[in-house]
Amino acid sequence: MTAPLVTEPIVDTQTIISWLNETQVEIGARSDYLTQLDAAIGDGDHGTNMNRGFTAVGRALADQAEPAPPGRVLILAGKTLISTVGGASGPLWGTALRRAGRALGDAETFDGQQLVEALDAAIAGVVELGAAAPGDKTMIDALAPAVRALHDSLDAGEPLRQALAAAVSAGEEGAESTVPLQARKGRASYLGERSIGHLDPGAASSVIILSALQRVVDREQ
Amino acid sequence: MTASAPSAMKKFLNDPADVLKESLAGLAAAHGDLLRYDAAAQIVVRSDAPVQGKVGLVSGGGAGHEPMHGGFVGLGMLDAACPGEVFTSPVPDQMMAATKAVDGGVGVLHIVKNYTGDVMNFKMAADDAVDEGVEVESVLVDDDVAVQDSLYTAGRRGVGATVLMEKIAGGAAQRGDDLAAVAAIARHVNERGRSFGVALSSCTPPAAGKPMFDLPDGEMEFGIGIHGEPGRRRGPIASAHEIVETMLEAVLTDLKPAEGAKVLAFVNGMGGTPLIELYLLYSEVDQQLRAAGVEPVRNLVGSYITSLEMAGASITLVELDDELTSLWDAPVHTPALRWGV
Repeated sequence: MTAPLVTEPIVDTQTIISWLNETQVEIGARSDYLTQLDAAIGDGDHGTNMNRGFTAVGRALADQAEPAPPGRVLILAGKTLISTVGGASGPLWGTALRRAGRALGDAETFDGQQLVEALDAAIAGVVELGAAAPGDKTMIDALAPAVRALHDSLDAGEPLRQALAAAVSAGEEGAESTVPLQARKGRASYLGERSIGHLDPGAASSVIILSALQRVVDREQ
Repeated sequence: MTASAPSAMKKFLNDPADVLKESLAGLAAAHGDLLRYDAAAQIVVRSDAPVQGKVGLVSGGGAGHEPMHGGFVGLGMLDAACPGEVFTSPVPDQMMAATKAVDGGVGVLHIVKNYTGDVMNFKMAADDAVDEGVEVESVLVDDDVAVQDSLYTAGRRGVGATVLMEKIAGGAAQRGDDLAAVAAIARHVNERGRSFGVALSSCTPPAAGKPMFDLPDGEMEFGIGIHGEPGRRRGPIASAHEIVETMLEAVLTDLKPAEGAKVLAFVNGMGGTPLIELYLLYSEVDQQLRAAGVEPVRNLVGSYITSLEMAGASITLVELDDELTSLWDAPVHTPALRWGV
């Protein structure tokens, strides 16, 4: 056995906490943007709601007596989102983080392969609750291609940092692909053809959340 | 001169983030005889809840539709309301707290408007309530004919029929019907109820600070919901007579009332339309229904399910039978609806 030339990044509790904090900052900074996207085809509250939720997550993390394993931190964050966001985003993102957390179990650290499994579980939770398919103009249109790219990149032997960059690019493309689509789920679907030509706010916030993960891993590894 | 832009929002506010809880505190201060506001759980509860042996009725949804739902808490209507932030569904913790607060030992009915968020949050709460040993049934309201109910939408929205369902099901619970019976009556209202809404202006959620959409002079939106979302199409503003024709045609085509049907006709203001115009619309509704062979034997005219300060109106028809009529007539005492007491 020879030691690998490059040490594969290992994700731990601090990475997850930094990710959630980075998400809080970024969602806060782009809250108005998300709300304006939502006003065009929804009900104009997406930024406000996500900001309220991730602010509460920040508080819940700060209140933790001692650092829990990463899976537990994600479950706490998910529960907090369900209790504070409302709308569809609360249950959807709350379920996503809870499922990811459960997939990680009580492991203290995990690698890229386990991360991708956790994200698979998160997407499965979102699809189960929201019954959205690719092309419905929802957060799935950003998340599904992003996680697929993460799979492909890791399978090709690329390091996690690079795989996450590929995932964010695919997520951005996926979000952009919602613009010409007619919404088939959520409030935007009430508009029928008038939903065409607008970026889906849930896809946009999904990219923000994925980018936060990518930046944190990039910085910490 | 202040530096504020000409489009700046003008509303009675302290901090936009506090609008909901400050408004609920006012509701409780004004109607302390009927209800109380549990600020920690963010719910409005009938003052004498839980009423032992009576099915509890819980409804909820985003704020901005006042008097719905808090204004319908009281005798003969809701036992509790769970208000979310403006235009945002409440969270499961609220429904759970409300369900426990009103459980009189014979189960709780959740009245859920068909919006993705409301459905998900109520579902999570109902699952938790059942785990804690409270019997819960859920009834979905989806009466808005402006939305196609198909695989390609989230399904029809719950709009005006919600108010009528809350009153009629509330009457059934008050007279002592069991949970299955109250739920069946609520479903009957939904099956025989249809609505259509129009807007003459947009509205401005306090947290957004800007109107949800721009509506140029001389234009109106057809097929709006109750969240300031634009409708399915935009058209030139027409006479009240023509607008009611369009609205009733949409409703009647879908409802397909029996020949000589008796209906409850509800002309609802969206928040920014004065009563003088709502009665003018009701006059059109009354005449046009009779001309179509439908008899409006009961009515409700006023702003009961609103979209902040939006100018606009919706028409809801519920085809009545003797039982629904007597439950509509049954005593009710809430901040927004009161008769027979």
